[in-house]
Amino acid sequence: MSDKYIDLVNGGFGGTVAKKLGLPQPAPLRRYKPGAALVPGPVLVLGPDTDQTDAVASALLGWDLEVHRSPSTGTARWGAVVVVLSEVDDASQLGEHVLPLSPALKQMARGGRVVTISRAASGATTPTAAAARQAVDGFVRSLGKEMRGGATANGLVLAHESTTPADDGVLAALRFFLSARSSFVDGQLLTIGDAPVLADVTTSDEERPLAGRVAVVTGAARGIGAAIARTLARDGAALVLVDVPAAGEHLAKVANEVRGTALQLDITAPDAGSRIIEHAIARHGGLHVVVHNAGITRDKLLANMKPETWESVLAVNLAAQLRINEQLLASEHFRDAPRIVSLASTSGIAGNRGQTNYGASKAGVIGMVRATAPLLAAASGGTGTVNAVAPGFIVTEMTARIPFATREVAKRLNSLQQGGDPSDVAEAIAFLASPAGGAVNGQVLRVCGQNLVGA
Amino acid sequence: MSQSTTPTADGVRDAYVLGGNRIPFGKVGGAYARASNQDMLTAALDGLIARHGLQSERIGEVVGGAVLKHSADFNLVRECVLGTTLDPRTPAFDLQQACATGLEAVVTLGNKIRLGQAESGIACGVDSTSDAPIAVSKGLRRALLTAANAKDTATRVKAFLKVRPKDLAPDAPRTDEPRTGLSMGEHQAITTARWGVTREAQDEVALRSHHNLAASYERGFQDDLVTPYRGLVRDQILRPETSAEKLAKLSPVFGKRLPTPATMTAGNSTPLSDGASAVLLGSREWAQERNLPLLARFVDAETAAVDFVHGHEGLLMAPVHAAARLLKRNGLRLEDFDYVEIHEAFASVLLTTQAAWADDEYCRTELGLDGALGTIDPDRINVNGSSLAAGHPFAATGGRIVAQTAKQLAEHQREHGTPARALITVCAAGGLGVAAILESVPAEGGN
Repeated sequence: MSDKYIDLVNGGFGGTVAKKLGLPQPAPLRRYKPGAALVPGPVLVLGPDTDQTDAVASALLGWDLEVHRSPSTGTARWGAVVVVLSEVDDASQLGEHVLPLSPALKQMARGGRVVTISRAASGATTPTAAAARQAVDGFVRSLGKEMRGGATANGLVLAHESTTPADDGVLAALRFFLSARSSFVDGQLLTIGDAPVLADVTTSDEERPLAGRVAVVTGAARGIGAAIARTLARDGAALVLVDVPAAGEHLAKVANEVRGTALQLDITAPDAGSRIIEHAIARHGGLHVVVHNAGITRDKLLANMKPETWESVLAVNLAAQLRINEQLLASEHFRDAPRIVSLASTSGIAGNRGQTNYGASKAGVIGMVRATAPLLAAASGGTGTVNAVAPGFIVTEMTARIPFATREVAKRLNSLQQGGDPSDVAEAIAFLASPAGGAVNGQVLRVCGQNLVGA
Repeated sequence: MSQSTTPTADGVRDAYVLGGNRIPFGKVGGAYARASNQDMLTAALDGLIARHGLQSERIGEVVGGAVLKHSADFNLVRECVLGTTLDPRTPAFDLQQACATGLEAVVTLGNKIRLGQAESGIACGVDSTSDAPIAVSKGLRRALLTAANAKDTATRVKAFLKVRPKDLAPDAPRTDEPRTGLSMGEHQAITTARWGVTREAQDEVALRSHHNLAASYERGFQDDLVTPYRGLVRDQILRPETSAEKLAKLSPVFGKRLPTPATMTAGNSTPLSDGASAVLLGSREWAQERNLPLLARFVDAETAAVDFVHGHEGLLMAPVHAAARLLKRNGLRLEDFDYVEIHEAFASVLLTTQAAWADDEYCRTELGLDGALGTIDPDRINVNGSSLAAGHPFAATGGRIVAQTAKQLAEHQREHGTPARALITVCAAGGLGVAAILESVPAEGGN
């Protein structure tokens, strides 16, 4: 959807006026197009002069990128900076490795990326090491707020001490953060485990990472659900699109567009999970990905909340997912690198006035995802993952109903100063759903442009 | 039951119903008041394609039609195909056999598939009574054609001088029988009286139809048979809350000039409606290559016509004859059917049809049988509701019945593990009627 404000402040006259008045000047985001370059310029790799940093640099070289190890490279505008901090266990050494970013930030291309690779503080053996590791968190989040021109800063956090920054699982996530697929992900730290990655990471960004995979998307008739369907189809997945019978007309349109099959089904039905499995197996010969996107809002202040208003939101947004997941976990047909991706929400993280029911349901989803992750991994020989994506302000038919002034303000309250596109959420889901996303399990990835409030 | 799809010595193999789709049926002037036949049929096809993943598929042939058709829609079905995501190399043709259009399309394609002339087919039908074709009068048409062919202005002007005020009134399409001048309802009122069918019995049929259709929606049976359209999610005519008392209050509308009491009301007659339906058919191989289920086997069909013009037989009694001949050819009795679908043009059609089949004298003299054809357990008739509750957009009715009957048979097979058989009859204007047999398909490796 077009954002007239972005068009205005990026025009000659409108831009001058906005600058003089100190108005936010959001930049058009770099969005993924098959065949386009991974990053918009050369990549600078910073970090200690060690094997681990070298290994990351040579992996990037292997992706045919122009890689530099020093910021003094004339007038080049950096496409990305990767800061390898996995061996920094003393905060006093941090400056040495992040301060060289300073000149590079002034030379950053539009839609550029900063990605740190560090270790989880929880695995540190000394307070000094834990402090250094945790410091990266605050550094990345603050840097995200500083970046302009559609550029973002994100971090990868290695959960296990045995993981090295050039392991496949880390590189797959690095590739996602560098690419235009992550354009509305900003200021986020994604934890990487050590589960196997079932794809060649160097090809994971190529045109059809989901080829041969069968994906189910619930709530697929409109908005974010339809965008997820389009994105997964573009990435090569065969699709089963689910929505309530009443949404059938839109569902059929999306199904015909993405060449999938439409399954009119109320996900709150007790046998919804088995019907989904049966349909996917019978029609498509398998089931690999389930995206729990279907959700409803029934906003009311708790003071005015009727029991049925509360219950309907919990039933659709949380209870239905739990029940379907139980049926998926029990199914012999959901064992081949299975992926579950649930839609959470920043409302479930930071809360939102008038959304006690919705916030509870979405926070519940986060709890469910974390607890289901080890269960699915165990059921699938360590190949399965369960994750959540938490969208912030996404421009959809639903948010279009928010009153104009509230909407315009809400839209700007993030580091990228704009609302996200449904496809931004879809791109994050497509990454988590891909065979290359195998090392990310039980995580919640925010796609919110780094909301300034609560996140 | 033979389940082989290998062509037999005479070249015939089996054809199967693989699925169906329709839009909810609307009331005349209701939800689809501004939808054309092309709009509605395209929507029905789109839903069928989406449900079965047929995008870019080249279907053997798409066959269907409309009863009330604008002259500009001469290639209606082909135009609809071109508006879908089907391979544009999918051929199509229009056919029309009044209210039997939809069922006749299934029979036609079923036979093509059985003969190996097609691997797949979509039988479809649509009708709009809201956007019915209105023609100009004969007088105005002559003037327009003369003027169009004229070489000078004087002749053109002269042509229009012959137009009289009455010629300006448009010709609305009529559903009256051209040879008797009687409406279908008046015809059926005569048949109803002849067989002594009561008002109570008719109202009961209507009540069951509403309750059965409403129950089928409630249990999710219609979830993969119906795709909403233009905001309509269920049939606009459906009254789940109707009762015998409410139906009993309605005044009769047909048969008021007959000596017997008039019994046919707006409640036990189908109202004018708008809608479209489509049925996917295919050979076993074609279906299996695409992972599509074999819902039911298309066994056989028969079309009949009766001499209603001279009053010898009721206008809507042809299916009685068609079914008798069909059963004889297949060596079946009425008792051999687990499900019977009798199109409810009027509630009394269902009752007069059964009365005729159960009548020794009638079956001997009119159907040439040794005695009564038999009776049917009422619990086997129209188990998921029929036209009285769903509505009856003429050409769309056959597709609705075939798709939901095929699904019912597949459900029966799956739930009971035993085969099931269904008889379908549809009556039509002009004293026409079609009967067809469908059978469930045992699971692979079964009997």
